[in-house]
Amino acid sequence: MTRFLVKRIGQSVVVVILVSIAIFTLLHLLPGGAARAELGVRASRSSIHAFNVANGYNRPFLDQYWFYVDRLIHGNLGYSYKLNEPVSTLLSMDLPKSAYLSGLALLITIIVAIPLGIYQAVRRNKPDDYALTGFSFIGYSMPTFWLGLLLIAFFSVFLKWLPPSAPQTPTVSGSITDPKAMILPVLTLTIVGVASFSRYMRSSAIENLAQDYIRTARAKGVTKAGVLFRHMLRNAVLPIVTLLGLSVPALLSGNLITESVFNYPGVGLLFWTSTQTRDYPVLLALTLVVAVFTVIGNLVADIGYGIIDRRVRLS
Amino acid sequence: MTDQIEPDVILEEPEAVSQMVRAKRKRGAGIFEVFMDNKLAIVGAVLIVLIVLFCFVGPIFYHSNQISSNLSIANTSPGHGHPLGTDNVGYDELGRLMSGGQSSIEIGFAAALLAGVFGVLWGAVSGYFGGFVDTIMMRIVDALLSIPVLFVLLLMAAIVHVNQLNLTLAVAFFAWLVPARLIRGETLTLRTREYIQAVKGMGGGAGRSIFLHIVPNAIGTIVVNITFQVADAILALAALGYLGFGIPPPAANWGSMLSQGVTYLYAGEWWLIYPVGILIVLTVISLNFIGDALRDAFDVRLQGR
Repeated sequence: MTRFLVKRIGQSVVVVILVSIAIFTLLHLLPGGAARAELGVRASRSSIHAFNVANGYNRPFLDQYWFYVDRLIHGNLGYSYKLNEPVSTLLSMDLPKSAYLSGLALLITIIVAIPLGIYQAVRRNKPDDYALTGFSFIGYSMPTFWLGLLLIAFFSVFLKWLPPSAPQTPTVSGSITDPKAMILPVLTLTIVGVASFSRYMRSSAIENLAQDYIRTARAKGVTKAGVLFRHMLRNAVLPIVTLLGLSVPALLSGNLITESVFNYPGVGLLFWTSTQTRDYPVLLALTLVVAVFTVIGNLVADIGYGIIDRRVRLS
Repeated sequence: MTDQIEPDVILEEPEAVSQMVRAKRKRGAGIFEVFMDNKLAIVGAVLIVLIVLFCFVGPIFYHSNQISSNLSIANTSPGHGHPLGTDNVGYDELGRLMSGGQSSIEIGFAAALLAGVFGVLWGAVSGYFGGFVDTIMMRIVDALLSIPVLFVLLLMAAIVHVNQLNLTLAVAFFAWLVPARLIRGETLTLRTREYIQAVKGMGGGAGRSIFLHIVPNAIGTIVVNITFQVADAILALAALGYLGFGIPPPAANWGSMLSQGVTYLYAGEWWLIYPVGILIVLTVISLNFIGDALRDAFDVRLQGR
């Protein structure tokens, strides 16, 4: 077990280092360099030179990379001159909101998708399975922004039941206290999520139902429901665990498209407004943060899988 | 859940939708026969052909002025001369759909092909040589897979001037990662086969093994993956266009047409919204049907046994 852990964590560290190099290189590809990015197009030569000296941009590449890593380790993610805040403050304001939206959607997705997948597996190849699979197919083929728009068109414009945009609050408590406005964004994410998760659940459940241990349990007299929920469930949810690990980055990067459709002030929308104002420090810092979380998410998924299924550790 | 889920190697692909909607596979049925047996695949193939004809051959029969705007007829509903109305600067909407489709389909196919070729080569080389080379090459793939695609695409769009070539390269830049991983897996399996050992024994080098033996035997996976990549590329382009980073006007672009149309949602100007959206969805779904059916047709596990 420890060998597996060490190997896996070692790989993740290498990946994080490679990612930081990639992002750092992007910083240097900016037109005019980081100085122009932070000080703006109209800055004078002398101020750019002063900035470069102060931030070490006139040093050799490797030195610069070392300073960059040093700043990161001390929690300095950069400063946004356009929004006049350190990036870490912006992140601390917006991350909880994105996490709330994605977390809520993920929770509801799991609650719906697991029973749905099992139901489809039990009723395999019957008409209702076909119908549900058809919906799943359409659900995950559909672009998120189109689904969001359809929901807004139907529920806000046509029925006038729900507001078309999400709560516009600086803190996450505002989102929690306005459930009506959260319904549509959460619904959009949930539909896409259920479409995807239930496919894997169905497939996994079908595979497990064919196994011998199910037959043994039925032969011993366990009821149909007992077999499903006490024996099969534990084994069949493994792909869901992996998917959960892969969904962690979305929790924190915010679902950019959904947030922009519903104008929800999370990390995704922050990223989008920063691209429009060309706020490079924010853009690069956010990309790095999300990349690191993706690596951590993959690591957690792999370790979780290794804990649950011993065969993986031995390979 | 995310705007784009990348299943890990551990996750197996769910049972193909197509396996449910076709008759039982006949013994000895070839790939083409299985594909043709699949009703959804035929629907998908017909749809995509119709869409390609609509976008590329349509303008030959239906002339519309896509260059000069005409504000006096802006936002008119479908009527004489304009079957789908006009948009907010007076361009004919139907003509705009065709023009937007041209760029979407061109970029989608080009990016998917480019990514497919590069990814297959990367994966095959990595899998064939194994050891340290393999580790380094796959770590690079992992690192790039961790970076959120939409973020970097937006970042690149913000930095460089957006045109067809840049967009193709940008989309291909992330699209090659998945085929690389897949083909590496295939290569690892195929590497142990006798005919590869025979090639080595007869003095054939790596190039011969990879290009003449491994890649042709993995062609099933490659074709399926490229089909899905086209669908993903078209989706990504639509998303980029929606967020305002597609090809700039006056060139048409399904995503930006949709985002412009949305501002008129409450004004009830449905012709600016639904035709575009439905067209995007139909294109992606038909490609997904075809890819799903191809995967089913190439599936070795089920071949006649």
